[in-house]
Amino acid sequence: MGLETPNGFKLDNSGKRVVVDPVTRIEGHLRVEVNVDSNNVIRNAVSTGTMWRGIEVILRGRDPRDAWAFTERICGVCTGTHALTSVRAVEDALAIKIPENANSIRNIMQLTLQVHDHIVHFYHLHALDWVDVVSALSADPKATSALAQSISSWPLSSPGYFKELQGRLKRFVESGQLGPFKNGYWGSPAYKLPPEANLMAVAHYLEALDFQKDIVKIHTVFGGKNPHPNWLVGGVPCPINVDGIGGVGAINMERLNLVSEIIDRSIEFTNKVYIPDLLAIASFYKDWLYGGGLSSKSVLSYGDIPERANDYSAANLLLPQGAIINGNLNEVFPVNLRDPEEIQEFVAHSWYKYPDETKGLHPWDGVTEPNFVLGPNAKGTRTNIEALDESAKYSFIKAPRWKGNAMEVGPLARWIIGYAQNKPEFKEPVEKVLKDLGAPTSALFSTLGRTAARGLECQWAANKLKHFHDKLIANIKAGDSSTANVDKWDPQTWPSEVKGVGFTEAPRGALAHWIKIKDGKIDNYQAVVPTTWNGSPRDPKGNIGAFEASLLDTPMADPSQPLEIIRTLHSFDPCLACSTHVMSEDGQEMAKIQVR
Amino acid sequence: MDKKILVLGIGNILWADEGFGVRALEIFHSLYRVPENVSLLDGGTQGLYLVQFVQEADYLLVFDAIDYGLKPGTLKIVEGGEVPKFTGAKKMSLHQTGFQEVLSAADLLGDYPEKLALIGCQPEDLEDWGGPLTQPVRDQLVHAAEIAASILEQWGASCTRREKGEMVEPLLANDIDHASYERPIAAA
Repeated sequence: MGLETPNGFKLDNSGKRVVVDPVTRIEGHLRVEVNVDSNNVIRNAVSTGTMWRGIEVILRGRDPRDAWAFTERICGVCTGTHALTSVRAVEDALAIKIPENANSIRNIMQLTLQVHDHIVHFYHLHALDWVDVVSALSADPKATSALAQSISSWPLSSPGYFKELQGRLKRFVESGQLGPFKNGYWGSPAYKLPPEANLMAVAHYLEALDFQKDIVKIHTVFGGKNPHPNWLVGGVPCPINVDGIGGVGAINMERLNLVSEIIDRSIEFTNKVYIPDLLAIASFYKDWLYGGGLSSKSVLSYGDIPERANDYSAANLLLPQGAIINGNLNEVFPVNLRDPEEIQEFVAHSWYKYPDETKGLHPWDGVTEPNFVLGPNAKGTRTNIEALDESAKYSFIKAPRWKGNAMEVGPLARWIIGYAQNKPEFKEPVEKVLKDLGAPTSALFSTLGRTAARGLECQWAANKLKHFHDKLIANIKAGDSSTANVDKWDPQTWPSEVKGVGFTEAPRGALAHWIKIKDGKIDNYQAVVPTTWNGSPRDPKGNIGAFEASLLDTPMADPSQPLEIIRTLHSFDPCLACSTHVMSEDGQEMAKIQVR
Repeated sequence: MDKKILVLGIGNILWADEGFGVRALEIFHSLYRVPENVSLLDGGTQGLYLVQFVQEADYLLVFDAIDYGLKPGTLKIVEGGEVPKFTGAKKMSLHQTGFQEVLSAADLLGDYPEKLALIGCQPEDLEDWGGPLTQPVRDQLVHAAEIAASILEQWGASCTRREKGEMVEPLLANDIDHASYERPIAAA
């Protein structure tokens, strides 16, 4: 049946039956079902997920000062962002002010995460959707060297280097253990790069894998350990003692110099490897401008990276804050996370129960009560679902909306908002990339645009790392070594009932935690994560979410090799594994794959 | 020089029996003193981000919840080349898929551990978000730690059982250690 959603997308699931595996709540499991027409064009998309739920149940009754340690465990990659969001929520509730050094150090932690996550995402989770590893085996190392040297002054570019690497790759592939490369559809006509570009990209895949381990050393310096660095309500847990020596945990000049050196290398890697690779790869896919979905209509960013401590107003945030709806880039709306009418979560199509499901709930009043029921058209059993009914409840992800609108969040949303606000540090790089590629502005609203925005943001973040590191050192040299404010550490000093909200821009998008504290303990805790926004199911009015919208109208070269779907879903950097099913017209399951 | 040995616990502590790997490591740490060439790492669900730790290790011992289709709480010890096959046998969750890839990535970078062992435990419940370890899995934690100690012994790293009452800096703090984590659940 064909229909048009209120947010302007045409859906057609006529005569198709969707067969799905049991929906299990394994960690971060996401499934997307699509219906393709007789030309293999996607006409309906259903995104169903099993995001973490119930963090609120785990946290109720606990000490708010420990909440960060729990939220750090929600996700395997966003650990620090959740922790930062959590301490900000508690500080907001208790009106705790943090020292300038703590703000700089937190920004360094957060920007480090952005740089690290974006590099790992591009090279290790996404590049192979564009790069054919097996094709790299037939590349001419000399021609690869010439290509690499034509786009960058990065020194690892000799014919001998690429020849050695190709040999290593060949042995690896021939040993039969493709390892990280095992999920590719090598040889698919959807791959467009020449062998030399493929070989260059694979070389950088390995270099990035090697380099990422150095980037996170910054987290170890300021967070005491990594993975799972330490955080602190009221500041940061690392004392500063610039004259100190040795490894007793305090920040000294030796450690600050290490951080400085890693920042310089991050800037260089991004400028000389990541961005040139991005442009080189994109130049072969300029005709593949699918996957834009919601991005050309409605995007949202809470903003992040406060220049000065304790001011979370839009003017003080270096990553832009705002909302754009209905594709009108001439108007960027302010966003208020406290207004009960702005951000609301709906559960009409989610496996939760509200007293009145036609209405949404603001997260402060959020309820997380599971209600796993299948719709009348669902097939199979509760433990072995064969087909979901998207007209009923079909996902463990709630549907967050901003003033009733489904929104896309993430690097592309942030960069569109910065662009629309005419901020030069966002607008100029976007225009330069479009010009270098000879692409129109509309190309921004695509899968490739999402991938490019992430690269630009990595470059931006690497440079901002330097800014805050310099600022931190200047402040220390001026005699301020304060890193924490513990005036309100004792719960005896707290009001009996308070509430607060903390927000950040996680690498994959807008993230906020809402907390209510009663008698020193957590009374309610709700988190709305980026993949809840992007992976949301339909809302009561039938608006579809960003994942669902992004897949529509994409033609597939070969539906048994759903590379196009993976490419677009990966471009969101979803913080969960997803399995994708592609359905043929008569409802036969054509492919089942794991997407990471 | 002594071999560098890494004892790694992986899994999500927020998710019932998914937490086995980290909880087993926590118990191991509370029961044994290890020589200086042995380090312990709570890897959580860090996936590919663990590659550098694997690269640095000469010998690697992993605790993890792995589905072999056995009776819940059954421990299975796998060594050497069998480990990656087992971690990929049934993909129940993201971190498992991730860990097999971590091993491959380390291999591709030319730093694969010389020795590798996995102490796996068959989970009963992976779907109870926020729930405790199930009894059959909890009952195996000490046993799993003892097996780890004997494997390390074979690898030339003798661990000493701690004295009863010895003060130990906990592996996990801020209320996420095993006892504190499960306290409110037990009270509910």
